[in-house]
Amino acid sequence: MTSAVILALAVFGASCVEAVEALTLVVAAGTTRGWRSALEGAATAMLLLVVLVGAIGVPLIHYVPINVLRVVIGGLLLVLGLGWLRKSILRASGHKALHDEDLIFAKTVAQLEGGEQTPGRGRDAIGFAIAFKGVLLEGTEVVLIVLSLGASSHRLGLAAAAAGAAALLVTVVGFAVARQLREVPENTLKLGVGVMLTSFGVFWIGEGSGFRWPGSDLAILVLIGLFVAVTALSIRFMRSMLPTADAKLPHLEARQAP
Amino acid sequence: MATLKRLLVAFGQFWWEFLIGENPDAFFGALVVIGVALLLRHDRSVAIIVVPLLTLVILVASTYRGRKRASN
Repeated sequence: MTSAVILALAVFGASCVEAVEALTLVVAAGTTRGWRSALEGAATAMLLLVVLVGAIGVPLIHYVPINVLRVVIGGLLLVLGLGWLRKSILRASGHKALHDEDLIFAKTVAQLEGGEQTPGRGRDAIGFAIAFKGVLLEGTEVVLIVLSLGASSHRLGLAAAAAGAAALLVTVVGFAVARQLREVPENTLKLGVGVMLTSFGVFWIGEGSGFRWPGSDLAILVLIGLFVAVTALSIRFMRSMLPTADAKLPHLEARQAP
Repeated sequence: MATLKRLLVAFGQFWWEFLIGENPDAFFGALVVIGVALLLRHDRSVAIIVVPLLTLVILVASTYRGRKRASN
């Protein structure tokens, strides 16, 4: 039960982060090249991702030995989780610029406006391609997380439902606030999901290797606590390593400028 | 044939970028964690301490290295 809740939260959080990034590109393509092509591109990519989950996930569960699956999936989660955590710590401590959706939106719009004439209400190959590529690339990471967490715990349906709910939520909220995607606390979300992915990764590697964690599923909570503590300490330590007091959190300050 | 080759190269490049890309530490760190977990599988009391600690060390070291790269 504990792992099911954490699994749903991890997939939901990861999907929210990726959905925000994908939505930025879809909105940019829609406003510059026409909504019809952008929405068709996004829908085609979503369909392809759903087919991927079904085509890869179901055979994974049925034909690959569970312990092999858990070690491989644990490794994959660890790669994703460590990458997300590292990037989030660097961003939170001011060593790396925050992911600015407004900036990405503005850049994409500028590139698209520089292209061929917008075709009005008709179909537009560039708008379709940008939306398709954005959703497919960001969605691939979600598919991997859904497959990893879902297949290793035999809860593919729950993982897919959590990802679908996140995509729906971000789409509805995203279109309502359209140009304020920067308000989404993306780095905090990424940090939380990074902790969960890393904890699940370590947990499944252990289970798949053949040693049982004390407390079974509850060990995931202990691992999460451990990673949260070390992440918090790392952020503090990294902040203290910024060159001067004036230079502290330059990227955060730059974002607050008008 | 040329199209197939191009597709395979693009597929390989995508996964290389996706898994290794700008942060090879995470990929190779995960391999080390898996290796150590498999080696210690018969010694549960050691494994449950060493495997999480090793992961923490990899995270901290990778972040520290990332700081150097970000400031360059």
